[in-house]
Amino acid sequence: MPAQADTTTAAPSGAAAAAPVVALRGLSKRFGGALALDGVALTVEQGEVHGLLGENGSGKSTLIKVLAGFHAPEPGAELRVNGREVKLPLAPRQFRELGFSFVHQDLGLVGDLTVLENLRIGTLATSRSMRINWAAERRAARATFERYGFDLDPSAVVSELPETDRALLAIVRAVEEMRETVGHDERGLLVLDEPTVFLPREGVQRLFALVREVTAKHASVLFVSHDLDEVREITDRVTVLRDGRVHGTVETASATESQLVEMIIGRTLDTTAQSAPAAPSGPVALAARNLRGRTVRDVDFDAHRGEILGLTGIIGSGFDEVPYLLFGARPCEQGELRIGGRSLPLPALTPREALAAKVALLPADRAVDGSVPTLTVADNAMLQVLDRYRPMALRTRKMREVAAGLLDDYDVRPRDPDAEYASLSGGNQQKVLLAKWLQTGPEALLLHEPTQGVDIGAREQIFALLRAEAAKGMTILCASSDHDQLAAICDRVLVFGRGRIACELTGAEVEKHRIAEQALNASAGAASLTRDSEV
Amino acid sequence: MSARAAVQRYALVGAWIAVIVVFSLLKPDTFATTANVQNILGSQAVLLVVTLGLLLPLTTGDFDLSVASVLTLSGMVLALLNGEHGWPLLPAIAAALACGLAIGALNGACVVLLGLDSFIVTLGSGTFVMGIVAWISGSRTVTGISPELSDWVINNRIFGVSMIFYYGLVLAVVLWYGLTYTALGRRLLIVGRGRSVAKLSGLRVGALRWGALVAAGFVAALAGVLYAGTTGGADPSSGNSFLLPAFAAAYLGATAVSPGRFNAWGTFIAVYFLVTGITGLQLLGVDSFVQQLFYGGALVLAVALSQIVRRRAAGREVAA
Repeated sequence: MPAQADTTTAAPSGAAAAAPVVALRGLSKRFGGALALDGVALTVEQGEVHGLLGENGSGKSTLIKVLAGFHAPEPGAELRVNGREVKLPLAPRQFRELGFSFVHQDLGLVGDLTVLENLRIGTLATSRSMRINWAAERRAARATFERYGFDLDPSAVVSELPETDRALLAIVRAVEEMRETVGHDERGLLVLDEPTVFLPREGVQRLFALVREVTAKHASVLFVSHDLDEVREITDRVTVLRDGRVHGTVETASATESQLVEMIIGRTLDTTAQSAPAAPSGPVALAARNLRGRTVRDVDFDAHRGEILGLTGIIGSGFDEVPYLLFGARPCEQGELRIGGRSLPLPALTPREALAAKVALLPADRAVDGSVPTLTVADNAMLQVLDRYRPMALRTRKMREVAAGLLDDYDVRPRDPDAEYASLSGGNQQKVLLAKWLQTGPEALLLHEPTQGVDIGAREQIFALLRAEAAKGMTILCASSDHDQLAAICDRVLVFGRGRIACELTGAEVEKHRIAEQALNASAGAASLTRDSEV
Repeated sequence: MSARAAVQRYALVGAWIAVIVVFSLLKPDTFATTANVQNILGSQAVLLVVTLGLLLPLTTGDFDLSVASVLTLSGMVLALLNGEHGWPLLPAIAAALACGLAIGALNGACVVLLGLDSFIVTLGSGTFVMGIVAWISGSRTVTGISPELSDWVINNRIFGVSMIFYYGLVLAVVLWYGLTYTALGRRLLIVGRGRSVAKLSGLRVGALRWGALVAAGFVAALAGVLYAGTTGGADPSSGNSFLLPAFAAAYLGATAVSPGRFNAWGTFIAVYFLVTGITGLQLLGVDSFVQQLFYGGALVLAVALSQIVRRRAAGREVAA
C-alpha cells in the first residue's frame, strides 16, 4: 500500500521555524477515466532540495504542470505557499507571483540570441522603456554571474555555449526572475525538471554547486530526475510517486539506493550481479586505428565479438565523439575502421557505407538524429528495411504486421504501430529505435547515452536486450557518462581524457566508483597514457 | 479511423461538393451542365500537373518557386523551335522538357552542393528564367505551334473531356502510388521530416532532394508543353500566374486525404475545389479579380488549417 506523504518529517536543520514554501494536500487530477494524480501531498520546506522521483507515467509531470497552472486539479486540493492559502487551480502565469520558477529539460533558451538577451528576455519583453542601456545591462549580467560563482560572457551566442553553461544560464535566469517577485523574507520554489539528462558528469557537479548556492540564499528546489545518484547527492528529502500516488517521503540520507529503487518501481533490481564475465574472449570484430576528430587524438582500440565495450570520460574528453566518427556521421581528420575483414578510411566514410559494413548507430538525440517524431512508430521502426518489402510495390499491410510484432518483442507500449512516435515515452521511443536497428542484423552497434531520459524499468529492459545481443555475437560500443550503466552492462571500459584513451578497466574494475575516479584522473592528466592496441 | 480523423480527411471533399451544390442551385442553366463540367476538368489541368510536380520538393522539405517560370520557358522554347524555326514537334517538345530538367538540376546543385536555402535559390532562378524567356522571345507572344499538339492536348476528348485532364489524372495516380507504395516515396518523406535521421539511416539525402527538384523542373516543363497545347502558342508572362495557385493547391491538398502530408489526391481535390469555386463565381458575373482573392485567401487558409490540425494533435498529447 502506498503510504501518504509523511508531512511531519522534520525539515532540514536551519529552517525549522518557517512555514513550508509549498504545502500541497489532496491533489488529484483525472484525465478521461484515469487518475493521473490521486490524493497527492507534497511539502517542500524552506531551503530544502526536495527530490521528486517516479517512473514515466507516475504523475511527476502532471504534478509540475498543476504548479505551473497548466492543468486544473480536481476540486478539494489544498495549496499553501509560504504559509498562505492559495486557491486552485492556478491561473496561467500566476506561478510567477507565487515565486515559482521552472527550468525544463529543454531549458527554454533562444539559441540565436546572446547570453545577455536570454537572461533579460522576460524584462525586455515587457519593458516600456524606449532605450536599452546595453552597456549597463552587460555589467549587471557579469555581476550576477559572479555572484553565483561562475564566469559567462554576456555577449556569447547561446547556441555556441557548451551544454553545461546553457543549463547554468537557464537556472540563473529562473532564479533572477523569481527574486523579482518574491518578498525579502520569503523563499521561492525553483523546479528543476530533469535538467541534468543532457549534461556530462562534470556539468552536473557545476549545476549542483549552483543549486546549493541558490538554496542557501533564495529558494527551495524541487528536483525531478531519473538519476538516483544525483538525487542522493543533492536532495535533502525525496518524495516518490507511483501510479499517481505518493509512495512515501523520506530523508535522503536515511535511504539506500536500493530502497529508493524499490520505492520507485516496486521491485528490486539486481544490477550488480548481471555484469558479464571478465576478459574479452572472442576474436577482434571491430578495430579503430589512429582516430583523430574534433577532440580525439591518436585513439586505437579493438572490440571483440560479443563484447560490450564502454567508452567514457568527462566533458570534453572526446569519448562521445567516437561512435559518430566510426559511423561517418561527423568529420574525421584521420583514422580507419576495421570490420568484417575490411578497412574503411574514416575521413571518407559515409553513414551509408558504415551501414553496408554492418555497423549501426543509436545516437543520443532521439528527436533529431534518431527518429522522425511526427511519423508513426511503424514508419520509424521499418525505415531501415523498406527494401525487404518489395520496394516498388510496398507490402504495407505486411510491414505493419511485422512492426506490431516488433512492438511485442521489444515490449513497446502502447502496442500500436500507428501511434505517433513523439507520443511515446522516452523508454518506449528508445526500444523502437533498438527494434529499427537490430532487425537489420548489425555486427557492430554503436550507442551514445542509450538510456538518456529513459525510465528505470525500460532501462533494465534495454540492458537485457543489449546483453542478449552481445551473447549472440554482436559487438557493442557504448559511449556514456552514466557510470552505473557502464558498470551494469560493459565487459570492459575505456576511459578517455583529453582526447586520448587514458586507461582501460576490465573485470572487477568495471565498477562505477572506479570508473568515476578514473574519468576524473584522466581529465586531470594524472593518469598515464596507455594505448590499448593489439590485444 | 476515428470520426474526427475521417472528418478531417474528407472535409475538403465536402467543401468541394458544397461549392458544387451552391453554384448548381444559383446557376442551374450554366453551371450544372455537362459542358461546364467538361470545361472545368479540362481547362485547369495545367495547374494540376504543375502542382503535382511541386509535391516532390515540398515532400523533401524544399521549396521550388521556379516552377511557373520553367513552365513559361518550356512553352516558349517549344513555340520558338516548332512555330518559328520549323523544328518537328517531338524534338521541340524534347528540347522544352530538357530545359526543365536543366533548371531543376541547377536548382538542385545550388541547394545540395552549395547548401543554399531552396526558397532563395528558386526565387532567384525563377526570376532569372523569366529574364531568359523575355530575352529569347523579345517579349512577344509566339504562335504557330503545330495544331497536332492542340489535338493531343485539348481537341481529342474522352467522354467529352480533353485529353489533358487524363494526363493530369495519370500523373496523380503515378505520384500517389509512388509516394505511398514505394520505398522511394517513403524515403522522400523521411528526408523532408528529418534530415539528420535520414542521413544517419543511410539515405542519400542530397541525391533525393536533388532528384525531387529535377523532377519538379521536368514536370513543370511538361505542364508548359501542355499549356502551349491549350493556347496554340506561348506568351512571355501568363505562365507566372500558376505559381500562387500551385502553392495554394499543394498546401490545401495537404490538409486532406492524408492530413499533414503533401499528397496527390488531396492536391487533385484541392485544384478542382479552387477551380470550381472560381468558375462558379465567374458565371455569377463576379469580376476576374476574384481569382486572386480566391487563390491568395486559399493559400493562407490552407496553411492556417494545417496549423490547427497540428495544434489539435499536440493538445491531445499533452492530455495523454
